[in-house]
Amino acid sequence: MTYKMMDGNLAAVEAMKMAKVQVVSAYPITPQSNIAEKLSDLVASGELKAEYIRVESEHSALSVATTAQLAGVRAATATASNGLALMHEVLGMTSGNRVPIVMPVVNRGVAAPWTLWCEHGDAMAERDMGWMQFYCENVQEVFDLILMAYKAAEDKDVLTPAMVCLDGFFLSHSMQKIVVPKQELVDNFIGGYKSQNTYLDTEDPMFICDLTGSEEYTEMKYQQKVAMDNAIGVIEQVQREFEERFGRKYSIVEGYRTEDADVVLVALGSMCGTGKHVVNKLREKGKKVGLAKVTVFRPFPAEKIREILSGTRCIGVFDRSAGIGGQGGPVWSEVCAAMKDISCDIRNYTGGLGGRDVSPDNIEKIFDELLEISQGKRKNHTAWIDLKENAMDIRQVIKNV
Amino acid sequence: MTVMQKQQEKHTPKPQKFRVYGPVATVYGSSNTGSWRILCPKVDYEACIKCGTCARSCPANIIDIIKEQSECVVIDFDYCKGCGICANECPVKCISMVVERG
Amino acid sequence: MYDVQHNSRGLVSHGVSACAGCGMELIMRNVLEVLGEDTIILIPPGCSALFSGFGNETALKIPGFQGNLENTAACAAGVRAALNAKGNKHTTVLAFAGDGGTVDIGIQSLSGVLERRDKVLYICYDNEAYMNTGIQASSSTPYFAGTTTTPSGKKTGRKDLMQIAIAHDIPYAATASINNLNDLKKKVQKAKDTDGPSLLHIHTPCPTGWRYEPAKTIEIARAAVQTGCWILYEYEAGKVTINYRQKELKPIEEYIGFQGRFGNLSKEQKKEIQDYVTKQYNKYIIKLEAMN
Repeated sequence: MTYKMMDGNLAAVEAMKMAKVQVVSAYPITPQSNIAEKLSDLVASGELKAEYIRVESEHSALSVATTAQLAGVRAATATASNGLALMHEVLGMTSGNRVPIVMPVVNRGVAAPWTLWCEHGDAMAERDMGWMQFYCENVQEVFDLILMAYKAAEDKDVLTPAMVCLDGFFLSHSMQKIVVPKQELVDNFIGGYKSQNTYLDTEDPMFICDLTGSEEYTEMKYQQKVAMDNAIGVIEQVQREFEERFGRKYSIVEGYRTEDADVVLVALGSMCGTGKHVVNKLREKGKKVGLAKVTVFRPFPAEKIREILSGTRCIGVFDRSAGIGGQGGPVWSEVCAAMKDISCDIRNYTGGLGGRDVSPDNIEKIFDELLEISQGKRKNHTAWIDLKENAMDIRQVIKNV
Repeated sequence: MTVMQKQQEKHTPKPQKFRVYGPVATVYGSSNTGSWRILCPKVDYEACIKCGTCARSCPANIIDIIKEQSECVVIDFDYCKGCGICANECPVKCISMVVERG
Repeated sequence: MYDVQHNSRGLVSHGVSACAGCGMELIMRNVLEVLGEDTIILIPPGCSALFSGFGNETALKIPGFQGNLENTAACAAGVRAALNAKGNKHTTVLAFAGDGGTVDIGIQSLSGVLERRDKVLYICYDNEAYMNTGIQASSSTPYFAGTTTTPSGKKTGRKDLMQIAIAHDIPYAATASINNLNDLKKKVQKAKDTDGPSLLHIHTPCPTGWRYEPAKTIEIARAAVQTGCWILYEYEAGKVTINYRQKELKPIEEYIGFQGRFGNLSKEQKKEIQDYVTKQYNKYIIKLEAMN
């Protein structure tokens, strides 16, 4: 065990290196680019024994990784934002063929407007593509969750790819001190790659992904649903095993001071660190607030959410993606569905878009609103938190009419 | 060492059934494409020069030339779609396409 | 491993539901005859997906994967990378895609493979339109050909896949035709033996899409070569070889006259095609000769 200073991207690279990926196909996109760079460095120096395929697009990046893994090796790629959107149809090929690739996604908004910065809109747009989704609070979690994602994804009852989502810049470019275990410990934890489902092998041929009729398509989708259902238990088991081996405790949903809380805020990703800080601050003032950190968004841990939130009368759900046209953001929708039989008031907050910081002040404002609502002092909430008053008048353009 | 011992030592993986998920085809099958046929190739064996052009030109690869046999062009009608390429390509025009059914 | 229910000679099932007289079917059989069973095939959705199969049944005896329409080359690169990582240098990785999946939507991932010099054998069977979706024009559809999206004939010439491949300076690229299967098989062998990317662009008459009698598939392929509509040549280690030269081009009518897709042309339009093809052919031969 050693301590190392690294940013989220390098932690992701370190984890993929320690998983001994044998094929890397990567295409640069801000803020993921130094994952592609660092992996190429490692391959060039021989520190990572892998084939590096310098692909010409994200679409090809995931195509290469998917067929490489079908041909029998652990394959790696990573992306962000529009790159993830370009992968969209290949995501379905990976998950539908049950190829357990683990892919870091460095969260960044999808254009338009062009943004380079963090929000979860990119990953949320892919939430129904049959991939597991893990969300990281800090750089240590990036490293740890990638290792756990390999073990869960490759489990024979899961065989489902996983995105490990890390907030663009807030984590990808934030240097933090993390614990890096010995290679031997990682080897013992995840082991070498074995094709457990279908594979491409001239010694044992089969044809993968031919046309499927309506008499079987439903069943194959059901298999994926069952795999996701299985994944909840498998991830929890993997987290327990991880704690035994590496000493760090994880949960699919972490309840932070939620036991006796009057109000709880549900959130994902790096803002949970800020959220915990605000919880502590408000607790000192006697305000009984708590935070529920959703580490695994796909499969959605509904039961765990109910366990943590039941008894809380007023719940806020923070969506770091706009959920345009929906009744609220995707996290809120899921929480509402999980809590449908439990009497409570669930409010949706949208913010932190396109790189805007989710500040302690904003979180404090949310908690105060939730407390007032729970005490009957307030009816409405500020659904778009931290929205400028002149939102509709950002630009005025002179036109030739 | 007996022959049996030697055979046991030579490792050959045994085919076993496994459950797999997702779309995969493991049956090497064949459609009954012979049922598509409207025109049927008919060979004038007297005229045939046994050159094999028809066999090489057949998209389904179902024509055999058996030189020692009097009916030297053997077509597998389970699969012949009746496309007529064999008849068209025959250098001595010894294959004609006749109506299979009314 | 495959459960063989109807055995075949060769690696392709005899009962494939390709149309009667399909040029692609003849190509697939000849290609796999040369490549043998130590081959992994990548197929996009399209006519060639008929070989992938349906449900639990496939028409191929080799391992394969059906990817997306535009990533056949990238899927091949992935398999190659994994084989390389495992130290397997012997298995042939074959990408087998149509013109739409190659020159239109798949040109980017193909370009990636060619530029990176991934050892992949890429075959484009060119039936000059999107046939499996119902005969819509692709950028490989020739001048004046009628399709369901060019009802009054295509107004532009075809994209030149070979020259695009050659521009990447790959070690081996060749055109081929089912008119000359020996030449085709020789080129498949060369492509297989190439250390790096290789591309075969094979002219593939399609009775359904071109609207001619199925029996004429090879005859039409021959006519295409003899009228100068399809030129057989190779690019090998930087050198161009023209494999076949017609002393005098046959009149274009001998090629397009059979085909319903050119059926609605006026006399003037036919003359225009004749002039276009003659001019293109002569220009092309000069260009090929100048490349050496």
